[in-house]
Amino acid sequence: MSDSYFQMKDLSVGYHGNVLIHDICTEIKKGEILTLIGPNGSGKSTILRSITKQLTLIGGKVTIGEKNLKDLSYKELATRMAVVLTQRAKPELMTCYEVVAAGRYPYTGRLGILTREDEKKTREALKIVHATEYAEKSFEAISDGQRQRILLARAICQEPEVLILDEPTSFLDIRYKLELLTILKNMAKEKQITVIMSLHEIDLAQKISDKILCVKGDTIFGYGEPEAIFKEDFIQKLYEIDNGHFDPVFGSVELAKAEGEAEVFVISCGGCGIPVYRNLQKAKIPFSAGILYTNDIDYHLAKHLAVSVIEEEPFEPVSDRAFERAKQMIRQCKKVINAGIVIGTTNRKMKELLVFAEEMGKLESYEK
Amino acid sequence: MGQAGMKNNWKRNTRYVGVFAVLAAAFCMIVVLNINTGNVQISVPEILRILFLKKGTQVQMNIIWKIRLPRVLMAAVLGGALALSGFLLQTFFSNPIAGPYVLGISSGAKMMVALAMIIFLKYYTSVSSYVLIVAAFTGSMLSIGFILLLARKIRNMATLLVGGIMIGYICSAVTDFVVTFAEDSDIVNLHGWSQGSFSGMSWSNVKVAALMVGITLILTFFLSKPIGAYQLGEMYAQSMGVNIRVFRVLLILLSSVFSACVTAFAGPISFVGIAVPYLIKHLLGTAKPLVVIPATFLGGAVFCMGCDLIARMAFAPLELNISTVTSIFGAPIVIFMMIKGRKGK
Repeated sequence: MSDSYFQMKDLSVGYHGNVLIHDICTEIKKGEILTLIGPNGSGKSTILRSITKQLTLIGGKVTIGEKNLKDLSYKELATRMAVVLTQRAKPELMTCYEVVAAGRYPYTGRLGILTREDEKKTREALKIVHATEYAEKSFEAISDGQRQRILLARAICQEPEVLILDEPTSFLDIRYKLELLTILKNMAKEKQITVIMSLHEIDLAQKISDKILCVKGDTIFGYGEPEAIFKEDFIQKLYEIDNGHFDPVFGSVELAKAEGEAEVFVISCGGCGIPVYRNLQKAKIPFSAGILYTNDIDYHLAKHLAVSVIEEEPFEPVSDRAFERAKQMIRQCKKVINAGIVIGTTNRKMKELLVFAEEMGKLESYEK
Repeated sequence: MGQAGMKNNWKRNTRYVGVFAVLAAAFCMIVVLNINTGNVQISVPEILRILFLKKGTQVQMNIIWKIRLPRVLMAAVLGGALALSGFLLQTFFSNPIAGPYVLGISSGAKMMVALAMIIFLKYYTSVSSYVLIVAAFTGSMLSIGFILLLARKIRNMATLLVGGIMIGYICSAVTDFVVTFAEDSDIVNLHGWSQGSFSGMSWSNVKVAALMVGITLILTFFLSKPIGAYQLGEMYAQSMGVNIRVFRVLLILLSSVFSACVTAFAGPISFVGIAVPYLIKHLLGTAKPLVVIPATFLGGAVFCMGCDLIARMAFAPLELNISTVTSIFGAPIVIFMMIKGRKGK
């Protein structure tokens, strides 16, 4: 047997015996992070609920550390697996500390009285999620972000080998999102906890996951390492994006470009064009950009946002062909913006372009 | 944290001890008051002498041992049972306004007990307490069965409560119907009972009720741990190792035994099941079942004994129905809860 720890083999999941998604296969090692991505309503939660035994598996097999999920009682499962759910917990009159301590359930005696050891574990869990200072506050009185941290601490307190989280970053602002994912990363790498979760933020999924499972329709749309999954057209197809772009280099999502005849020509390099592109896009002004080396950071974004891009091979002198096209573009456009181009020996022809635009009275420079 | 945590722990424990002390003191005081007051006033020293030395005039002995003591003990046992029955139902439905009376469970029990009484009194001279309990339990299960069927279709708790009230009306209608056509001698018995009353309790009644309620109370207490987990939500409870199916069945069974005992002996009593758990939880400042369960039992006992005292004495020698008194105190609390609950959302 390989060193894989958590396997799903030919899984079929769904409600009341109706298969929603079939042929789910994954294999992950201890301490790895598997993220489920896919459009809303694609069945990410259904898969998570099936591998936590909240829904009965319709077909296939889940193996956790060589044990079949079916053979594990709820009690046995509780010491191996903990969950953080989307279902909003609303316990009345419970302090955060008590909510976290509830995670010790599988380890306490018949009456559930906490031992000193349990209390220590609870405090540790609170510390891991940085929630010590509001531990004694009522769970109802804290913010959504804090609540999510407390629920994570509860799961950590349960000392699981596998941690399952259903959209743990919903309701969180960017700071909490990063913090939460950092905690998960640490838990995975330091404590060798296997993490399986669903995320909406594909940019974050790309950065934190070891494996990605794409869920769409009635079968798995793709499975693999982030490098293999986060390709522009793949993501576009997965989410059926037709009004914007996914940029795999930055892992960012861009809105659709302003269509039409270019009204502005942007001259830039090395990232100084990016704010100009964004402003023009926001104002819905179609523009073109150039002359950009194809390894320039501006080139990446310009390809998504500009109507046309005049490009050049990296580190080559500007060719006559590109130069003529740029001049043509300047003639057509109402305005030329110099976003702050740096001119050296290989691209010295750009200087001529600037002069040309200046003579036509169209040149403006971008003020930061 | 260690320091602050310890301090908070200490604060919390002091609060628990305080609440229990107050409840215990109230319990003793109301027991004495209940025995002391009535048509014949008996002073406290005399009560103590009669209770512990069994010395006193024959009349006073009879009043205390045959009438007042069994009655007050019954009010205590059944009051506690009723409050816990409500607590269990609230846990089950995750809603503080669930209770045996509003969900029509008491009325179901009442209907079956009325039927059992009429049928048995026709052929025998008396009905055993156990028969009444079994009848009440059957009635409770019938009502809750309907409620659970409704709950499958209706996700909204408010609508479900209306459903429960309707079931209550149907059962009451059936009860009224059979009482109307019952023989005269039965009616005397039935009429007082179907309105709820602690009067005319015998020692054998008290023994049976105490035994049934006692066992159920212990079982409930040992359910503290899963109840605590369940308060976080069904799915979390399951992920922590609670077998939800078994647990939910247990909740329903225990709650039904409690309310069946009450209805079998004292008839349907309103609002105790909702008001008492709510008050106790807020007095304690926690919903931790380990403390809430015993405190709720005690609180229910105190509440019912107090209400019974008022029922007996307010317009003496006329006696009020116990539900009349519990409603006057309980219903406003429920309204207050609803207003507060809404604000929270």
